[in-house]
Amino acid sequence: MKQSITLNKITKFVGFGFLGTLKSIFTGNIEKEDFKNFLRKVIVPLASMLLFIGLWHMGAKTLFNIEAEYKIEKALTEQGQEAANAMEACIASGAIKCQPNTLPSPSQVWASFQTLLEDHLVIRADKAAFIEKTASLNAKRLSDGKNAITYTGRPSFVDQIFTSIKTVFAGFFLALLIAVPIGVVIGLSKTLRSSVNWLIQILKPVSPVVWLLLVFMIVKTLTKNSESDSAFIISFISVGLCSMWATLVNTAMGVSTVDKDYINVAKVLKLGTFQKIFKVILPSALPLIFTGLRITLSVSWMVLIAIELLAQSPGLGSFVWEEFQNGAIDSNSKIIVAMFIIGGIGFLLDRIMLTVQNMISFDKNDGI
Amino acid sequence: MSIITENRTTTVLDNGLFPSNEVMLDLKGLKKVYPTPKGDYVVLEDLNLQIRKEEFVTIIGHSGCGKTTMLSMIAGLNPISGGNISVLGKYIKGPGPDRGVIFQSPSLMPWMTALQNVLLGVNQVFPDATKTQRNDIAKYYLQKVGLEDAFNKRASELSQGMQQRVGIARAFAIKPKVLLLDEPFGMLDSLTRGELQDILIEIWNKEKITAVMITHDVDEAIFLADRVVMMTSGPKAKIGDVLNIDFERPRTRKSVLEHDDYYKYRKHLIDFLEH
Repeated sequence: MKQSITLNKITKFVGFGFLGTLKSIFTGNIEKEDFKNFLRKVIVPLASMLLFIGLWHMGAKTLFNIEAEYKIEKALTEQGQEAANAMEACIASGAIKCQPNTLPSPSQVWASFQTLLEDHLVIRADKAAFIEKTASLNAKRLSDGKNAITYTGRPSFVDQIFTSIKTVFAGFFLALLIAVPIGVVIGLSKTLRSSVNWLIQILKPVSPVVWLLLVFMIVKTLTKNSESDSAFIISFISVGLCSMWATLVNTAMGVSTVDKDYINVAKVLKLGTFQKIFKVILPSALPLIFTGLRITLSVSWMVLIAIELLAQSPGLGSFVWEEFQNGAIDSNSKIIVAMFIIGGIGFLLDRIMLTVQNMISFDKNDGI
Repeated sequence: MSIITENRTTTVLDNGLFPSNEVMLDLKGLKKVYPTPKGDYVVLEDLNLQIRKEEFVTIIGHSGCGKTTMLSMIAGLNPISGGNISVLGKYIKGPGPDRGVIFQSPSLMPWMTALQNVLLGVNQVFPDATKTQRNDIAKYYLQKVGLEDAFNKRASELSQGMQQRVGIARAFAIKPKVLLLDEPFGMLDSLTRGELQDILIEIWNKEKITAVMITHDVDEAIFLADRVVMMTSGPKAKIGDVLNIDFERPRTRKSVLEHDDYYKYRKHLIDFLEH
């Protein structure tokens, strides 16, 4: 019994409270209230998910038919009845060369997902074989003072996911390091706040693309003579700059709107400035700071794709762009796979932030 | 005033004031003005009040008459527009731990435990004490308010009444010269309020810290106070009347309620308020 309580606590803590109910269904001790909760939190979302997939399927089918009819029509007007019949048969047979290019159906996307996973396994095996093969050579090269030979083959889909996550976290921490201290400082001083207010309001709505170009101008010059990975540097700095505004504004607001009662207590006790900031103001501003950080993380994930795409930096963004340029028969479904992966990871990142928030902040949040 | 016979052994000088060595808190010609677009709004004017050492004074008056303004001026949280306030003959400058405040809302830091909340003040007032000593002080006062089982509970997990107990412990633990209470029990239900009045008076009997308390509750005013100060309605509020409560200390609720003078006092206060 005690164990299940802790499980409930943990799942609630990370914002997956429904898992607790799921468990009590399997163990059989479920109460009416629990069941209602379960219905609301699990069954209904699942049902709407299924409904979404159904609508998608039907939509994809309609689009497919429109595209197919158009192809047959075109064959008929340009090449005559025979070609039209051949085209119709070809489409019906599912041959790759004459498939209409349109929104892929859920089953196609699922198939592409599996293809991508298999592809990843192949590349991983390839990489492992390469490392094994070059191990002795590399050891020799290193002892001779030369650089080791590294694997330069195509990255798999999963590799690109990890590259993207790395970029997002680098950008996120950059945003955190810039925005939280500045937010605290301008939150504390009314004069400073009004002096930078315009600047913030002007910079906040600037598009990710413009940030990227700006960062590109600066980083290009700064990294002229170094061998660092400038694409990565450019993309993570741009991600950080795009996403830090929510944290900056929320931190400033949290710090400037600390409950007057707390400030009065600090005044009566004559707390020093340092103590006042760290014992009273910051803890009380934490919920808002975390709200800002959650927005920042989701924004950085959102702008990442666009930035990677433009910065020629490897990752999910360039994956999507390459697939789009590629135009293979399963490119469209691969793009949609990437879309779901991006969404799913975004959701997970938000849950991670929520968990951290619940661990640090006094304000408990169940994540809706 | 005339109906009450003063049989307390205190010296009152010819000019109606107390001898200066007995005065803890002295308000002279106190004035508070809030500038508004339609001209100045005078909340308090020419308010004079002397409070002796180890005296418990309650202040009663209609809402908005400026009681809280006066108290926050004594606390140093609200600037003085005219006149002056002195504690033991020294003019006050801003807030300080010599004047402890128990606020209307408990005002605990919700992210700290009960103990940490009390320690926040204790650490500040006794910087030279060892950590154990400071812990002992904080724990002593938390025990006094009946929270020996809740040292490590977060303030946000405590009920309103328990939070205000921590507020009381925090205020007493910094050993202020004057204790200022701004309707501390106003937000509590009547049962809890009674409990907390008992706790407050019990600690106060031991510590005898000069106290000024605002209240809306006539019975509370009589039960706790040596003197009840009645304020006239604003604007330009001042002290309308002062009533000495001559019950012996330590008091119990029962002995107070059964005392012959109780209803006389009560009638006096209510007559003033309904006037």
